[in-house]
Amino acid sequence: MKIVAVCGSGVGSSAILKLNAERALERLDLEADVVAGDIESLGTTAADAQVILTSPELVERIGKTFADIVVIDNYFDLAELTEKLERAIG
Amino acid sequence: MPLPELSEASVALHVEADDWREAIRVAGALLSDTHATDAAYTQRMIDVVEEFGAYVVIAPGLALAHARPGADVHDDALVVATLAAPVRFGHPHNDPVSVVLGLAVTTAESHVGWVAEIANVFNDETAIPRLAAATTLDEVRAVFGASPLRIGDQA
Repeated sequence: MKIVAVCGSGVGSSAILKLNAERALERLDLEADVVAGDIESLGTTAADAQVILTSPELVERIGKTFADIVVIDNYFDLAELTEKLERAIG
Repeated sequence: MPLPELSEASVALHVEADDWREAIRVAGALLSDTHATDAAYTQRMIDVVEEFGAYVVIAPGLALAHARPGADVHDDALVVATLAAPVRFGHPHNDPVSVVLGLAVTTAESHVGWVAEIANVFNDETAIPRLAAATTLDEVRAVFGASPLRIGDQA
């Protein structure tokens, strides 16, 4: 299982999203490889991903993908991340 | 890696800003005044929002202003600006913003330790309202888990 956390620049916010996604997966007792990336390289990083995590502001920029797109409003809300990840992959 | 010590030079409280660009400029000025970045980095942080939208508003009331590493970034740095009146960035859920963190990183890897610390601070949902309400540096430092600065601690 591969999950890509996406932001505009690939640093900062995507790194926070990646870390908190890992914490949410731990709560769910699920294992996945979570990587942070920017929107421009998404075609490569998400080619083999099952889930793309991102902000509501970036959804429209994500091109055609086979991955489930999971939109996170509050990157620090582990309850939101846990619930949405569980729905996507649990 | 612990977060950098927040000092008078890296914190600005209840600053007037008319819009999101001015809010980012407040954080950008803290970064350039402390020589972590050149002034050009401020415009790059604004460009990120111009290009990609308000995704930097990563939680209710909180913007993480940042851009990629570049020649205009000299040191990894984190600054904190709070606004006298909240401003809208255009985020569908997390507007308006009253706390702007400014992050500058020299390499994509260098800030990974900070990210864990930032997450630890803000996974506590009281952190953003406490920062927004803070009137002293020590109150801000307390939110980040740091002890008060004693006189003489600062260079």
